[in-house]
Amino acid sequence: MITRSRRSRRLAVAAPLVLALTAGMAACSSDSGDSGEVSSLTVIAANSPWTEGLKSLASAYKEETGITVNLEFYGNEQLNDTLKVKLNAQSSDFDVYGYQVQDVMREFSRNGWLADMSDYVTSDADWDWNDFQQSARDAVTLDGTVYGVPVMTERHIMYYRADLLDAAGIAVPTTLDELADAAAQLNDPANGFYGIAMRGAKVPLVTQFSSFLYSYGGDFQDEDGNATVDTPEAKAAYAFYGGLLKDYGPPGATNMGWPEASAIFAQGNAAFYLDADSQAYTFLDPASSAVVDTVAYGAFPAGPEGSHPYSIVPQTVGINEFSKKKDAAWDFIKWVTNEENSKALLADETVPSARDSVWADDTATAGFPQGLVDIVRNSEGTVGHDRPQLEQVALAREIVGAPAITAIEGGDVDSIADKANTDFQKLIDGEK
Amino acid sequence: MATTTPQQPRYAVPRPRRGSGLTSWADRHIKWLFTAPAIVFVAALIVFPIAYTVFLSFTDSASSVTRPFEFVGFENYARWLGDGERFWPAVARTAYFTVTALVIELGLGLAIALLLRKAFRGQSIVRVFILLPLVATPVAVGMMWLLIFEPSIGFANVLMKSLGLPPQLWLSGTDTALNTIIFIDVWQWTPMVVLILLAGLSTLPEEPDEAARVDGANAWQRFRHITLPLLMPTLGAAAILRAIDAMKTFDIIYATKGRTGGSNNEAETLNMLAYNESFGNSQYGSAAALLMLFLMFIVIILTALTILRSKGNRV
Repeated sequence: MITRSRRSRRLAVAAPLVLALTAGMAACSSDSGDSGEVSSLTVIAANSPWTEGLKSLASAYKEETGITVNLEFYGNEQLNDTLKVKLNAQSSDFDVYGYQVQDVMREFSRNGWLADMSDYVTSDADWDWNDFQQSARDAVTLDGTVYGVPVMTERHIMYYRADLLDAAGIAVPTTLDELADAAAQLNDPANGFYGIAMRGAKVPLVTQFSSFLYSYGGDFQDEDGNATVDTPEAKAAYAFYGGLLKDYGPPGATNMGWPEASAIFAQGNAAFYLDADSQAYTFLDPASSAVVDTVAYGAFPAGPEGSHPYSIVPQTVGINEFSKKKDAAWDFIKWVTNEENSKALLADETVPSARDSVWADDTATAGFPQGLVDIVRNSEGTVGHDRPQLEQVALAREIVGAPAITAIEGGDVDSIADKANTDFQKLIDGEK
Repeated sequence: MATTTPQQPRYAVPRPRRGSGLTSWADRHIKWLFTAPAIVFVAALIVFPIAYTVFLSFTDSASSVTRPFEFVGFENYARWLGDGERFWPAVARTAYFTVTALVIELGLGLAIALLLRKAFRGQSIVRVFILLPLVATPVAVGMMWLLIFEPSIGFANVLMKSLGLPPQLWLSGTDTALNTIIFIDVWQWTPMVVLILLAGLSTLPEEPDEAARVDGANAWQRFRHITLPLLMPTLGAAAILRAIDAMKTFDIIYATKGRTGGSNNEAETLNMLAYNESFGNSQYGSAAALLMLFLMFIVIILTALTILRSKGNRV
């Protein structure tokens, strides 16, 4: 038998334990948000030149307003994972988040994860929503609702080695055929030098393949949103893209995203590199680049149907629908994207702004490579998307990337493109 | 008929002393009270997630778990089991990866452990050196080998060329990627097997070995008929630990081959496929079904291994 006193002692130990546990659980479930005085905001975003600039802007904001801005930065895929986990749990522990409009805006807005910012962006004439490029404003608008403010723009350009082209007497290519010829002439695999480096991994390559597709007269989808990756234009574009990498690209191209492909170019092992202009900084940093003085920039070469590179918004900031400090979040977004700060970001961190006024300002663009500024100012013929437009973008990218892999490996592109089109259409139909 | 209803005597039976209500309640439920923290912990962290996964696996939940979804019965399971394009190749790769890595790691681990067992000069330094890969972060390990195995600017092909051998695609090749990842896994996890086996070896009794030596058994015979049987339980434990880990390998594959396990899905194991289905494609229902199938595979294999092991112990 247990005597009473021993029981009491047991109870004395157990009761606080249980209490502590219940208290702990209660604390977890209670809302810690305070809609009154806002003293801090949390921003989560993917690493980019913009987030680099945000680090100094955040402390300036603290000085100006007294509000502490907590920053959490991730890699692109890790950001998406984090957002999905937090937003599925309807978390209010962050207020502002950066996202890729084309990847997630449809899905997130339909899930009710993005706050409607239509009224915010038109609330202040001085801030001037209309100063943002038309294509950028279109990119963050879905069915008439604005879901974010674009903070970066990005275009497909051609990086090339000016020294090698000069030495070989080759003119800067203006068409894709000239590009292929130049790559062929400079290709020297026996000495570890390749004509061209580009993304060759199935999912990452889709966005860079898009400009080739448009310049061949194709697109991923027609006006009604139906799949069109089996058209003769698309098949020719797949064959050309894959052929470039197969014939003049580095070995193991199918394992390359932009970090791997740009490394080949930065190490001085490729004559051409076609990718987003926002990567210019990686070639201008002497610590990681052997081509600081020899890299030059050219417009995307013309295909049979002209030059139609993508011009997109890679980074957008929106407000978490579950945030309890939406107004404060908007105040911060407004401040960070105003004309003055956008100019500072371009000048100091080479963040390609979405504001027209910034690009018109010669002082702000002084730090940006001049060849690039000219390309940015001339936006003729550009296309506002660089990947399939639907909700399940990740799955669609796997599907439409497959024919390019076949092309790189020298297989039968036509039959794979037909199969991809069928699968892609099935995916589109499933969302209707 | 006059029956007298028995009067409740006011004083005859002393009522149990109540004290406060809480104390007496606690007294009566003392066993539940003490196990409560553990039960709550297990329920919150193990039972609920698994139960929720089972629940999701019978739905078509996608995009957001708060969106409306429908129950689809065993449709998700049927679709995976009938999927010869992604699912079964992933099963085959998981099995190939696990078995190959396990066999090499156990063989190599046993050899190294036997070598390290005998005292020699600098033994402690060698031991520390061998254990180094174990303490490295898997993602960092993946990134490091990705650079080493880069076909055009990586060190591995420089070495191959200097040895007069043809350069390889390593991680970038469709046919070579999985084997290269197995190599990385062996590099990282053999030390753990060595560690476990060394611990096992140090507990073995000396007498049987000495007796065999007196009887004239040579080194191989002593290993084959004395050391190995005595070491079997430890070897079995190491095998089970490594098998579970190898089946679930994620970090090094993700770091070297990306979300889809390569452009031709050449390194896509079940774990990678489930990750892609949930975080890439946001198909929570179908991903949950895949994870349940994966869990069943693991349970079946572990049961088989445990049965084999207990048989081995009885012999």
